[in-house]
Amino acid sequence: MSLLQVRNLVVEFPGRRGTLRALDDISFDIAPGEILGVVGESGAGKSLTGAAIIGLLEPPGRVASGQILLEGQRIDNLDHAAMRHIRGRKIGAIFQDPLTSLNPLYTVGQQLVETILAHLPVSAAEARARAINLLQDTGISAPEQRIDHYPHQFSGGMRQRVVIALALAAEPKLIVADEPTTALDVSVQAQIISLLKNVCAQHGAAVMLITHDMGVIAETCDRVAVMYAGRIAEIGPVHEVINMPAHPYTAGLMAAIPDMTQDRERLNQIDGAMPRLNAIPQGCAYNPRCPQVFERCGHERPDLLLAGATRAACWLHAKDQQGVTA
Amino acid sequence: MSATPPKSPLVQARDLAMSFDVSPPWLNRVLERKPRQYLAAVDGVSFEIEKGKTLALVGESGCGKSTVARLLVGLYAPTRGDFQFDGLDAHGIFKTAGGLKLRSRIQMIFQDPYASLNPRWIVEDIVGEPLIEHGLITDKDQLKAKVGDLLKSVGLSPLDMVKYPHQFSGGQRQRISIARALATEPEFLVCDEPTSALDVSVQAQVLNIMKDLQRSRGLTYLFISHNLAVVRHVSDQVGVMYLGRLVELADKHTLFDSPRHPYTRMLIDAIPKMHDTGRARTPVQGEVPNPLNPPTGCTFHPRCPHANDRCRSTRPQFLDFAGVKIACHAVEEGRI
Repeated sequence: MSLLQVRNLVVEFPGRRGTLRALDDISFDIAPGEILGVVGESGAGKSLTGAAIIGLLEPPGRVASGQILLEGQRIDNLDHAAMRHIRGRKIGAIFQDPLTSLNPLYTVGQQLVETILAHLPVSAAEARARAINLLQDTGISAPEQRIDHYPHQFSGGMRQRVVIALALAAEPKLIVADEPTTALDVSVQAQIISLLKNVCAQHGAAVMLITHDMGVIAETCDRVAVMYAGRIAEIGPVHEVINMPAHPYTAGLMAAIPDMTQDRERLNQIDGAMPRLNAIPQGCAYNPRCPQVFERCGHERPDLLLAGATRAACWLHAKDQQGVTA
Repeated sequence: MSATPPKSPLVQARDLAMSFDVSPPWLNRVLERKPRQYLAAVDGVSFEIEKGKTLALVGESGCGKSTVARLLVGLYAPTRGDFQFDGLDAHGIFKTAGGLKLRSRIQMIFQDPYASLNPRWIVEDIVGEPLIEHGLITDKDQLKAKVGDLLKSVGLSPLDMVKYPHQFSGGQRQRISIARALATEPEFLVCDEPTSALDVSVQAQVLNIMKDLQRSRGLTYLFISHNLAVVRHVSDQVGVMYLGRLVELADKHTLFDSPRHPYTRMLIDAIPKMHDTGRARTPVQGEVPNPLNPPTGCTFHPRCPHANDRCRSTRPQFLDFAGVKIACHAVEEGRI
């Protein structure tokens, strides 16, 4: 059974000039222990999907319809108090900037112990021992001393390790990692990605990894969802999506990334830009930029259709199969 | 330099250095007996760029690449070394009345297109400002026509000149920055992370425009980036910087196909590979040290797998190995 099921999720932002639909009919699953990558350009709705799952949508944003189920239980309609028990205990979160995710006024030990005590029935001494173990697991040397240090005494990469330890503190089943390496240098990024992968496997946590970096996705994830203008354009096993993209947007995105292995005089460019939320085109949202556009794309919106090993929201695959969800 | 090349390169930086005074205030120095403190952001960097070519500088944050950019456009005066542009001592001329003329030949594109365009100005004013400032065009209609041409050359419409920056997307704003940089018809463009703030599909648009302009106008670029894949795409030569110094300088193919310096190898190995799904690797440990208190000898030695006593005590020279310049004792001694 899936650990997380997202079913036809719609997130809306009501405003004075009408309601903006930021996420439109998103459906996907995450299996226990799986790493699902969510990739897309800014404004595609990848962070919003993560925020909806951990129940941290900024008001006035709200889940307008659809369901989010964790271990078969709905979590999208829980109240504040009930959600607090799930956040941290069942779903951990890692954000982009490690400095703003940590409280500068408390030592990392106090923050870890607080999280552990809030969720697990252990004594203060046990919590501290557990915190030291977590720091050790995340590759912080001399954890017995480091536990009493403040966040400013750690470097950027070390802080992100503390944040990962914090996310894992109550042994959650799922970690939502929103651009965990974007604020870090390339050499440190590689350390953190391999740490995240290994430590989550060790603790048996599934990961939803949100990033705009296709390279990180390729190295880390089992499956990937490509988002465009608030919808999933393509979802499938990472190897197939990268090497045999079924959606023209995925194909364009892959060809736009400079390659380390071959020389190209010009990069493939996708003309135009992603539409704003208040001006999403009729039919397939990608149709004005799509090189393979045809008549049907302009007025009918495609669901995720089976396309080889992946599923893509594109009418090019309509002959294969009719729409399937999840 | 041993042999003088037949034509001297357009850009020649020799032992450029820039240190910033980061001392505590005077009163603290007196009361707490703290010494003056300097941060060597760039510490002796030498390179050349031939006309029509692109040199890329790569490195992690704090390695001094942006400081080099600012030195070359004259935003900083170097604390040591000199910069020759087309055979002229640029920093000497920047201070004199002829400085304006020289500045019009060297222009800069900044990283953040949201911060580098004045939000209260329309595009016509933004792109036209250098033309007026340098006294190149005074006539209003001529100015409009010129700004229109510049916008067309970066793939925007002349009709866009009445709009404000907020009406454009990030990629379009970066094209406005490029149009502004091109206004004075410069020969040398210093581009400080021009695509880092952009999404990949938009990055491809901007990189393509930059390459097209280089071909059609014979522009020379200094391209600064931390993204090695982008650098590999745009550059002819690549310089790798670490803590204010160049550690390796080579032509693109040599550098990416057979990196010699351990830091270059580490950087290249750290890039996630797209077509190598699920690859496991052992990343190099450690992070960039604090530049206020750099390690002795070779500054990379605490993270280097090949470091020995000599690396810990003496700073390696930047030496030429068959056209590739490397600052590394291990390479010099033939250990790697």
